Amino acid sequence: MEFVKRNRAGRWLAANPIWGFVIIIFVFFSLSNEFFFDIRNFQNILVQTSTIGLIALGMTLVMINGNIDLSVGAVVALAASLMVDLQSWEAFSTWGNWQMLPALLAALAAGTALGALNGIIVWKTGVDAFIVTLGAMLGVRGLVFIYTEEQSFFAMNFTFSDLGMSSVGPVPSLAVLFLIATVLVHIVLSRTVHGRNTYAVGGNREAAVNAGIRVGPHMVVNFMIVGFFAALAGVTLSSQMGASTPNLGREYELWVITAVVLGGTKLTGGAGSIIGTFGGVLAIGILRNGMNLMQVPAFYVLVILGTILIAVLILDKQLTRKGAEALKT
Amino acid sequence: MAGTRLNRIGGILARQGILIAFGIFLVGFALVSESFSSAQNITSVLRQSAIIGVIAVGVTIVVISGNLDLSVGSMLSFATVMVVDLHDKLGPAPAMGVMMVAVLCLGCVNGFLVGMLRLNSLIVTLGMLSAIQGLTLIYSGGQNVDIADQEGTWFALFGRGDIAGIAAPIVIFAVLAVIAQVIMSSTAYGRRVYAVGGSPTASVFSGIRRGRVVFSTYVLSSFCVGIAGIILGSRVMGSQNNVGQGYELLVLAGVILGGTSLLGGSGTILKTVIGVLMLGFIQNGLLLLGFAYYVQWIVTWVVIILAVWLDIAAKRGRLLSQIA
Repeated sequence: MEFVKRNRAGRWLAANPIWGFVIIIFVFFSLSNEFFFDIRNFQNILVQTSTIGLIALGMTLVMINGNIDLSVGAVVALAASLMVDLQSWEAFSTWGNWQMLPALLAALAAGTALGALNGIIVWKTGVDAFIVTLGAMLGVRGLVFIYTEEQSFFAMNFTFSDLGMSSVGPVPSLAVLFLIATVLVHIVLSRTVHGRNTYAVGGNREAAVNAGIRVGPHMVVNFMIVGFFAALAGVTLSSQMGASTPNLGREYELWVITAVVLGGTKLTGGAGSIIGTFGGVLAIGILRNGMNLMQVPAFYVLVILGTILIAVLILDKQLTRKGAEALKT
Repeated sequence: MAGTRLNRIGGILARQGILIAFGIFLVGFALVSESFSSAQNITSVLRQSAIIGVIAVGVTIVVISGNLDLSVGSMLSFATVMVVDLHDKLGPAPAMGVMMVAVLCLGCVNGFLVGMLRLNSLIVTLGMLSAIQGLTLIYSGGQNVDIADQEGTWFALFGRGDIAGIAAPIVIFAVLAVIAQVIMSSTAYGRRVYAVGGSPTASVFSGIRRGRVVFSTYVLSSFCVGIAGIILGSRVMGSQNNVGQGYELLVLAGVILGGTSLLGGSGTILKTVIGVLMLGFIQNGLLLLGFAYYVQWIVTWVVIILAVWLDIAAKRGRLLSQIA
């Protein structure tokens, strides 16, 4: 224990136990599989996790607020459908590659607007975010089906799917996008007034109100952020496939929440960090990728992930209890 | 006087608003569509609602105790795959027995983690959702399963047959709902569940073993899922690995629509039955009017939020929340 207290890295690891897990599975897969420790495979992992990762960034803010958003999977499908369908509209046919711009703007605007809608309902009606977004999860999926008439769309412009495959130097563009977004949201959460308010609102809402924070609009902004990131994830996902399907993004909300909780964010609000969430996202990505390389059937990954989620919860409970006892003495 | 009476009427409207809206909705549909109120149509809606309804009975008990169960969807897949697969290997009765034991074990795991270890129920059952999904796939090897002799087996009774002239799923649902309602409203056990959900601390001080009560609610919930798996397996006579995907949220939608608070301590089985039937009739009515099946999701979105909002608004005495 003395070691942990003195050593900075040790203390950091105690605060973010998920990174210990990430390091352990990273070393494990590196040693046990010859294909794992490879630059191209690392690129793969980053691209594969970028979809869930982007949403998890926004979800972290919402969950630190003490809310939750179950509608992100449906928003992914809506944004992807808008992105792929709008760019092939007649009206933009003479725009060349610029035809992607209105599609991109529409997709991101739709996600942000739905986030705002969720937030405003939570704020004005006082209905729990879990119920509001559970409804939205069904309803937005319905909107997707109405918009697409149950059809899949394919991107006629190959530049779009090329973008999904492109690289900036040695790093895939989507990975760059994810990393930049991670740094940005980390700065917002840890260095700005909005970030400080996010913790304040989640930690003690009464106190936040008394401190003059306008809790309602604040929560709406965070819902808009998660909606924006869900839409962005829909765009990147559809560019990877060059297509969209109305059923895209099903169960993403569960994966995202798993990643965020693995990263140490509390469901009750008030605690959590982007560094933790990034670790949670990487843990899921490395586990999926590594087990895939070892040719473990995908089913086992589900069981292991479920078990880890519960194990993290038990561990967290133990640590909290020990911490409370340490404070008493 | 006039003012108080108006207020009282307003209060009743707000509190029973969802029921009244449902009544108007039923009458409206019956007027517009002739086939809506036919006995045949009503039976088919009841039959379709039975599976969600049976699960919702168990989930309501969990919710009343102040917890959530998101694992029921993948547990339903697990139950259905297992009972259908074992049917041809062991025969109907042992298949049902083995499956029920397996599902009850899963319920015990949920109950142990949430009740005894006091972990957050949302995350625990989220983890179990994924784990059970994996277990189902491991069990079946990713293959769909089905029953070879679909005509000759008495297993067909539960999903396709009639009991006393009424479709079996409806009878099972009704019997289960009545038993659960009686347990919840007229036994010491039921009172304990309400106590634990209403005020966990107070319940402990009054000598209730909170852990055991929570544990038992999850076992009951898994029992209901097992029954639903039998009905589903018997009706389809086969199963994909993901039949139950998304059921957890539909079930929850029915429970919430009925007016059971997710905070625990309030709600009844009867309310849930009404909520589930409401979902079923909305779906059916919209289909009869010629809307695509996905339009019901949007209607459900609006109805759920309105239902809970009205409920909260009636309690706090004003429509909008006071948050700055």
